[in-house]
Parts: sequence; C-alpha cells; structure tokens
Amino acid sequence: MNPAMAMAMTLNATDNSGMAPVATPWFFYSLAALAVISGVLVITRRNAVHSALALIVTLLSVAGLYLMLYAPFVAGVQIIVYAGGIMVLFLFVIMLVNIDRSSKERRFNRIWPVGLTASCALLALFVSAIVKGKDLFVDRMIPLPEGSNTQEIATALYGEVVKTSQYPKGQYMMGQYTFAFEIASLLLLVAILGAVIMTKKKI
Amino acid sequence: MAEITTLHYLVVAAALFVLGVIGVLTRRNVVIILMSIELILNAVNLNLVAFSRMWGNLHGQLFAIFIVVDAAAEAAVGLGILIAFFRNKETVNVDEIDLLKW
Repeated sequence: MNPAMAMAMTLNATDNSGMAPVATPWFFYSLAALAVISGVLVITRRNAVHSALALIVTLLSVAGLYLMLYAPFVAGVQIIVYAGGIMVLFLFVIMLVNIDRSSKERRFNRIWPVGLTASCALLALFVSAIVKGKDLFVDRMIPLPEGSNTQEIATALYGEVVKTSQYPKGQYMMGQYTFAFEIASLLLLVAILGAVIMTKKKI
Repeated sequence: MAEITTLHYLVVAAALFVLGVIGVLTRRNVVIILMSIELILNAVNLNLVAFSRMWGNLHGQLFAIFIVVDAAAEAAVGLGILIAFFRNKETVNVDEIDLLKW
C-alpha cells in the first residue's frame, strides 16, 4: 500500500467519527502561556540551574500540548527522553562546569542588540507568514479515530504489539522509514563514541 | 471561546522558536545556548505534531521522534565538547572562545 492511499484511507476513516475535544481551550492557553513564560525564564536567568529547571517546565508543558494533539506516544517520549534524560545530562554538566565566576559576570554578549534585532526580524517574518497564510489552516483539523491510544500508536509506529489497531501495523517505523530508523541508531552510536572520546582526558 | 486550531499551535511554536533564537544569539554561557537549541527543536516538534494532527496521520509524529533522537545525540556531543573545552580554558563563555579569531 503506498503512503497516499494509506493517508486517504485514514482521512476517510476519520471523517465521520466526530470526536469531542479532549480539553477546553483554557487548558491550551494555560499550557501555552506556561511554555512561553518559562521559555523566557530559560534565556534570562543568570543561574544556569534555574534555566535548566525552567526548561524542564517548558518541556512538560509542550508534552501537555502533545497530549492535546492526540499524540500520547510523543508526549511520553518527550517526558522520558527530554525531561528524564537530556535534562539530567544538562544538570550534570552544569554541576561539572559551574563556576562562581559566571554568577558575577554579565549574562549577555557584547553584540546582543544585533542578535535581538535579528530575532525581531525573524519574529516579524513569522507573524507575516502566519497572518498571510492563516486561511490555509482554518477548519482543517481532522478528528483522529476513536481510541487512538498510546499502545495503538506505538504499534503503528514500531510494529506488532497488539492485534487490534486502527492504524496499519508497523507501516511507519518498520515500513517506509526503516532505513531512517537504522540511520538513527547509527547516529546514536556515533554520538556515544564521540561524547566518550571528547570527554576522556587521554585516549 | 473559539476552537483551538492548528494556527494556535503554530503561534506557540513560533514564539518558542524566536525565544530560542534570542537565547542562542545573545547569551554567553554555552550551556544556556545548548538549552536554547533544545527550545528551538521543541518548537519544530510542536509544529510537526500539530501538522500530523491536522492531516490525521502519523508521519509528523514519527518525524518528531526522530528529532528527539537527534536532540539527544546533539546534547551528548555538545556537552562533551563543552567539558573538553572547559578542561583546557577554564571558561564556558562563547566570547572567550576566540582562538580562531584574527
């Protein structure tokens, strides 16, 4: 089955389900505000540990947004890998390299007005793109099938875990993306070796 | 209150992306710059998952998982480089990493 046919089947299967939203808009707005406010804290705090804690809050709110988008598997990966793995790595490195000196010197580099101007230009670009292109997105939110839970999505992504799945079994990770999956494992191997070699004093 | 559409998620992702870019361009501490890169990758992931939801298939979610893999590899290698650098120069500030500067 080619991907276009599978997509068309998914679209047809989801047209008449009419699933109710999983949470209110207020929930979305509070999660988004939490993510953006703690994102601001990440880039403004003087102490790197405070930045890391604010980044954990951002990651958890983004995981909540994934849940609102019916992506529980990505939300779980986000919490386990990001908040559980990568942030622990960050905190360890902060403990290793954190020197008292960095709490007394200035936070921003000398050319920060240039960086801020460039970022504002990027923001203006995003705003204009969103304002100009917003008709492309209206009323296109397609309801996903009922009962698309974590296990079924994991089954569709990774292969045969349970028998009853509404998604094609293993179509993604073990189907058309098998090569990318293998390359990702190779990437992780190279990253492990690189990190070990980089941090060893003497090879 | 209106229904939440894909556009709402795009706005949140754009805000997170710009915050990450500001962090990368203005901070001095390399650890915080790496954290800002994580913010940027999260914004991209949010976009991908929102579009995956919009089209009703799982391709975007799969791509988001690949980006998480990439972020893990990037964080490991970047922090390894940072530790090796700190051992040599006793600093973690980007504007003091200027050996190649004329």
